[in-house]
Amino acid sequence: MPFAFELLLSALVLVGAVLTLIGSLGLVKLPDFYMRLHGPTKATTLGGGAILLVSVLYFSQKSGDVSLHEILITLFLFITAPVGAHLMAKAALHLKTKKVKRTGDYRGE
Amino acid sequence: MNKTRSSWLPHPFLSLSLWLIWLLLNNTVSAGHMLLGAILALVIPLLTRGFWPETLCLSKPKTLFKFILVVLWDILVANLIVARLILGKRDHLQPSFLAVPLELDSPLAIGILANTISLTPGTVSCDLSADRKTLLVHALDAKEPQEIIDEIKERYERPLKEVFESCSK
Repeated sequence: MPFAFELLLSALVLVGAVLTLIGSLGLVKLPDFYMRLHGPTKATTLGGGAILLVSVLYFSQKSGDVSLHEILITLFLFITAPVGAHLMAKAALHLKTKKVKRTGDYRGE
Repeated sequence: MNKTRSSWLPHPFLSLSLWLIWLLLNNTVSAGHMLLGAILALVIPLLTRGFWPETLCLSKPKTLFKFILVVLWDILVANLIVARLILGKRDHLQPSFLAVPLELDSPLAIGILANTISLTPGTVSCDLSADRKTLLVHALDAKEPQEIIDEIKERYERPLKEVFESCSK
């Protein structure tokens, strides 16, 4: 495997790991439930995507065949992450979970 | 249009995606799996027909393709924006609940819109009103709420409306 290719893959793995870490950090740092939802739905999708892209490239290079089933993981992640967030938000709204005071409300019935 | 649809292939797009997913799951393009996948892609929609009352029809594949590219790009940007918001000072954040009025009717289109909103910059869809006319969205940092609503409508809802709505009439 050429060195430049290895370097690219390592960089992508690192980027993916950092983004996932930031997403998890958001889960700890942000002040209320609704804001905490943002971390895992977003930062994690790209982080996971980067790591899966590395998997596609690495195994395609290693085996000589194109390996694409990682795309399915990305696809399912993109479908399930927002649905999960939506349902949790809906449940939280129903239970009237606490939100930070400065939350603006533009629902306007 | 629905009447002319052949009865042995009620949902062509569902069949096509099932076939592709089968090949991806097996990670192969061998003839045997292509055939087996094709059989499954024909049989599964027939067996589950009762669960799919509406037939999906897509018009303007170009608009759909452009929409997918825009969304993928926005996911990339969204990640960086949210990462910055998480790492930055949290006191400046102005979280808000926004009501986005919907013009879409098809449940699938609304579902895709809600998913897109959750995947893109600083917004998570929270609840759909019972009459399917308003989508409640939580924004992580909404200094200009109207701007966010306008962007959602312009950037995501309009192309979806073009793609899904033109066939429901």
